[in-house]
Amino acid sequence: MEKNQKKGWLYLLPAMLFLGAFLVYPLIDVFIYSFEEGYNSASQTFFGVGLYNYSYVLHDPYFLQALKNTFLLVVITVPLSTGFALLISAGLSSIQKLRDLYQTVYFLPYVTNTLAVGLVFMILFKKTPYTDGLVNLILGLFGMAPIDFITGPYWAKMFVLCFYTIWVVMPFKILILTSALASVNQDYYNAARIDGTPRLRIFTRITLPLISPTLFYLIITGFIGAFKAYSDAVALFGTDLNAAEMNTIVGYVYDMLYGNSGGYPSYASAAAILLFAIVLTITCINLLISKKHVHY
Amino acid sequence: MNTNLNFEQIEQRTRTRKRWLRGFTYLFLTLWAVVVLFPFYWMLLTSIKSYSSYNAEYVPTFFTANPTIQNYLDAFTAVPLAQYLLNTLVFTVVTTAIMLIVTILAAFAFARLQFRGKDLAFTLFLALMMIPSELVVITNFVTITNLDLRNSFLGLILPSVTSVFYIYLLRENFAQIPDELYYAAKVDGTSDFKYLTKVLIPICRPTIITITILKVIECWNSYVWPRLITDDPAYFLVSNGIQSIRENGFGRENIPAMMAAVVVISVPLILLFLIFHKKIMAGVSRGGTKG
Repeated sequence: MEKNQKKGWLYLLPAMLFLGAFLVYPLIDVFIYSFEEGYNSASQTFFGVGLYNYSYVLHDPYFLQALKNTFLLVVITVPLSTGFALLISAGLSSIQKLRDLYQTVYFLPYVTNTLAVGLVFMILFKKTPYTDGLVNLILGLFGMAPIDFITGPYWAKMFVLCFYTIWVVMPFKILILTSALASVNQDYYNAARIDGTPRLRIFTRITLPLISPTLFYLIITGFIGAFKAYSDAVALFGTDLNAAEMNTIVGYVYDMLYGNSGGYPSYASAAAILLFAIVLTITCINLLISKKHVHY
Repeated sequence: MNTNLNFEQIEQRTRTRKRWLRGFTYLFLTLWAVVVLFPFYWMLLTSIKSYSSYNAEYVPTFFTANPTIQNYLDAFTAVPLAQYLLNTLVFTVVTTAIMLIVTILAAFAFARLQFRGKDLAFTLFLALMMIPSELVVITNFVTITNLDLRNSFLGLILPSVTSVFYIYLLRENFAQIPDELYYAAKVDGTSDFKYLTKVLIPICRPTIITITILKVIECWNSYVWPRLITDDPAYFLVSNGIQSIRENGFGRENIPAMMAAVVVISVPLILLFLIFHKKIMAGVSRGGTKG
């Protein structure tokens, strides 16, 4: 038995070493960093303990810009992508022919490199002296003046960012919703059909309540994912997101850590902890709402 | 007679309505498929247009009469694209291999071995799943910098290895294997390690393949950590490579060559997906999230 005791821990040892060094220790350390005032990464000294880092970050215009961008992104993309994915999944589950093909195609963005495909989106939307870009060309057919989506007005840049974010997160949502729809017991539908229930009513009274746990799961993970947006923005607007006014909170954290404006792990830690306070609060609110509305 | 006609009329009307609805559904689904596929078409198309003809097009054309492979040659000669690909390959293979060993051993301990404190340890492991990577990346950056591992494969790989979720996924699979198999092996005098390698791993191969593929996708697309930890192009992965190509790649704005690089970077994963799409989609729906 004594030998067995050691053996169990021995098998766990590699995992515990990796997790301890790169997950548990950093988690504790990030809180310590965030309270160390005036930390100098060269000499590794600091001169005080307190809330100054938080107050600095909260008064930094770049952080406020990032906060605004991230909130806009969350508020726009989460409902749109979830609703749209629900529509597509409902369409998918109502057809038989070509269903597998459509499903496979829809999943493709999941496996592609966000940075690489983002460049394609940039080219499609970008207006240069040589060409207005394909999107502007199409808008022109509707009589709209060309807009510079990549370096132009704020709302245009936000639009591209939201569009690309939705394009990136759709595969996961469609996949999960399609399998949720497939798992609804057919007997309910048959019973409703005998009663002559209209389609819309079937959808709102049978389908929606039965898949509501999945829907809420997607909304919660969608919120969390959108709050951590970063590489989509880099793909579209380049690494200097502050100059493009398109930074996100996560982008702010990394910029504070490294790069031209980097070298301030304390500010980065404070910003990261603020982000997770926000995410945690919103997740809790979501869970409270879902308790009221979700039928298990 | 009259009622009969009415009945037929109603049936006819329902049928037409159904056909309209079906047609509309297909139209809608096809529209989204076009939105999904168009960027891929566009990058392929642009990558085979010549530099001069691309820049001469004020109104971009939807096809090209004279395809060229010059852009691909440029992508491999003007920027170290082959180096980026090789780096990513090494990073992906080594990280995934270490992840597999660590994950299998831990999952086996949790699923099969008996030792004091196992339940507590497992609960703690599960709690670790909730730690967001953005929080820990700050200290990891400092740790790796202090260990002088910046711009090295070791620095890239070490913090990328562990995935608590995969340990959990594999443990659930291991735990489904009947106890009888284990006791039979014990009676035969098989050691625990031999039972793991000769019995459990072959039985649970589908799950192991799934987590391998998911990890490969994750590694191939990883951007944030490599960006923080490498500033020497000799250690760039494809994501950083494409970003540096975009910012100061070909000396001038050479979009066709850039698109050629994008195609080269995207193709390996698309191939992997086309071969394993059933496995990948099943694996992701069991609990993967992007990023």
